[in-house]
Amino acid sequence: MMAKLRARFLPKGRTMVIGIPYLWLLFFFMLPFFFVLKISFAQPDIAQPPYQPLVKHEDNKLTVQLDTTKYKTLSDEIDGFIEKPWAQAKEESQYVVAYWNALKLAFFTTLFTLLIGYPIAYNIARADEASRNTLLMLVMIPFWTSFLLRVYAWIGILKDNGVLNNILMAMGVIHEPVQMLYTPFSVLLGMVYNYLPFMILPLYAHLVKLDGRLFEAAADLGAKPWTIFFSITLPLSKAGMIAGSMMVFIPAVGEYVIPALLGGGEVVFIGNKLMDDFGANLDWPQASAVAVIMLLLLLAPIVWFHRFEMKQREAEQ
Amino acid sequence: MVTVEAKQGNLALKDQNYLEIKGITKKFGDFYAVDDVDLVIPKNEIFALLGSSGSGKSTLLRILAGMETATEGSILLDGENILDLPPYRRPTNMMFQSYALFPHMTVEDNVAFGLKQDKVPKGEIAERVGKLLDLVQMRKLARRKPHQLSGGQQQRVALARSLAKRPKLLLLDEPLGALDKKLRMETQLELVNVIETVGVTCIMVTHDQEEAMTMASRIAIMSEGKLKQVGTPREIYEFPNCRFTAEFIGTTNTFEGKMVVDEVDHCVIESAELPRGIYVGHGITGPRGMTVWYTIRPEDVTLSYTRPTGEHNWSEGRVQEIAYLGSHSVYHVKLPSGRLIIASVPSSHWAGQKPATWGDDIIVQLSNTEGVVLTS
Repeated sequence: MMAKLRARFLPKGRTMVIGIPYLWLLFFFMLPFFFVLKISFAQPDIAQPPYQPLVKHEDNKLTVQLDTTKYKTLSDEIDGFIEKPWAQAKEESQYVVAYWNALKLAFFTTLFTLLIGYPIAYNIARADEASRNTLLMLVMIPFWTSFLLRVYAWIGILKDNGVLNNILMAMGVIHEPVQMLYTPFSVLLGMVYNYLPFMILPLYAHLVKLDGRLFEAAADLGAKPWTIFFSITLPLSKAGMIAGSMMVFIPAVGEYVIPALLGGGEVVFIGNKLMDDFGANLDWPQASAVAVIMLLLLLAPIVWFHRFEMKQREAEQ
Repeated sequence: MVTVEAKQGNLALKDQNYLEIKGITKKFGDFYAVDDVDLVIPKNEIFALLGSSGSGKSTLLRILAGMETATEGSILLDGENILDLPPYRRPTNMMFQSYALFPHMTVEDNVAFGLKQDKVPKGEIAERVGKLLDLVQMRKLARRKPHQLSGGQQQRVALARSLAKRPKLLLLDEPLGALDKKLRMETQLELVNVIETVGVTCIMVTHDQEEAMTMASRIAIMSEGKLKQVGTPREIYEFPNCRFTAEFIGTTNTFEGKMVVDEVDHCVIESAELPRGIYVGHGITGPRGMTVWYTIRPEDVTLSYTRPTGEHNWSEGRVQEIAYLGSHSVYHVKLPSGRLIIASVPSSHWAGQKPATWGDDIIVQLSNTEGVVLTS
């Protein structure tokens, strides 16, 4: 009897194990997101916290006031972008430009991490088993140092009288320092450097699973090494490339620190815009609306990726 | 097997020596995976390399395919030395163990893959792929992906893919190893049919002697990198040339003994495990007193209740185990020396008499003519 009761009312071990990540998501993702969503519909206020409550209790009446002006700002900007001449729109529609810059940066970051990460992941996966772990370790080791320290190290390398310029001048390749820091180049470099492991690890996980006999079979049927790569290896590692790209693209869109430190504020990304609104402008509702839209933008690739993975899993069964 | 020999008799000399493997050796460090193998295979023969795992049979196959390089030796295929060719240039194709079908391609694309590499015109590819799929009865499933096929269907696609380029030499690596037993039996003859229809010289590697004996016209027994014996299934089963082959193929009873009488027309062997001498109906070359092994198949051992009059080739015994298998029973009989002998007795043998059962005292008789004397 007791055993039966216990079985009915106590969650089973399996449920509990699955439950932990769900709880984590609930408390650290869903809940904060609802706060942000709520704030995005509030009116800014010079108070603590700096926005007015959505639900007001005045004169024995409960009123809910949803203020959509912050979203209106954003949609007006998009309209303006379509109607106004390019130069003017670019000047006025700062949010749209910031979104666009962020997406562009995330795209190129993904592209370059893929181009650089693929050969690395491929060669680690093809290395003999004993050295694979060591090689993976080498990919990870830089990330044992603080993130900020690594970004500052890049500043030291790239600045006008930094390591790289000094070496190039000593070698006589250039005669005066080339500006590398605070350029689109330095931002992209910092992004690619920092996000590379997020590309390499999922790629490696997929590439290492590939059946070596498939390559032998292709060679046996007359395929030369490059043909084998393009017709067998590459298509079969599609899932890994997509997984890696998601791991890089999604956080890269909202990246704030690297553009701020290595870009010197020359180019504005959505992360910087967000930070400005939360901080200097003290416009939390606007910042929240920007964050909500950013999430919606990212939802499309996430859903698509999920679909792809489900299909892939079905195919494997 | 007569037909095979007759077929070979009609072949031109060039075709009799279609594949010539000479002194092929493969060393991994100090270990000889393949040790000085010589082998000649005529055109259109289905040949089986039979051995347990680690015998070097797969390594030899991979050397033929070009996936492994030989340390020494040469391989001539249709007069051409193929050892210097990379795998993608060799006129050989392999059907892989568990098939290695490309999972992201349809059945059709899998079969067409090799032809595309050769830049065969599209129309011709479609036509040849269609014919092959008809041959292996897979046309209806041409658009499926490998994971949507059963094991038997995958095997047929793999076969079609390896035949697509009309290889001079078809290599089969455990062709039926991934199928369950019942399907394997059905597929064996089907596979032979397809290979004979296409008319391709074929070497298969297997650890399954039944598979080798059913499918191949000749078999090589491999052990420790060496070919122990090469011959037709019948030759190998009935006239093994060494203890290894005798014991590897089928079941056998082997007795170690000394040759005590050696005449032109017969010899007698005495073994500590048998109470009486063994009379063999032919002479053997070798000094009297040399150590020899006498091996006899279970079906050549008979059981009876009556004591024979002769002084050779029989012993008392007691039935220890019986496995009834329908058409025949396998008896394990304990001899006075303590040695067990295995006898396969047809169910018709007992005609009218009570079949011997557990614990029965019985007479074991060894055939005068069927046993084989081995000197190594």
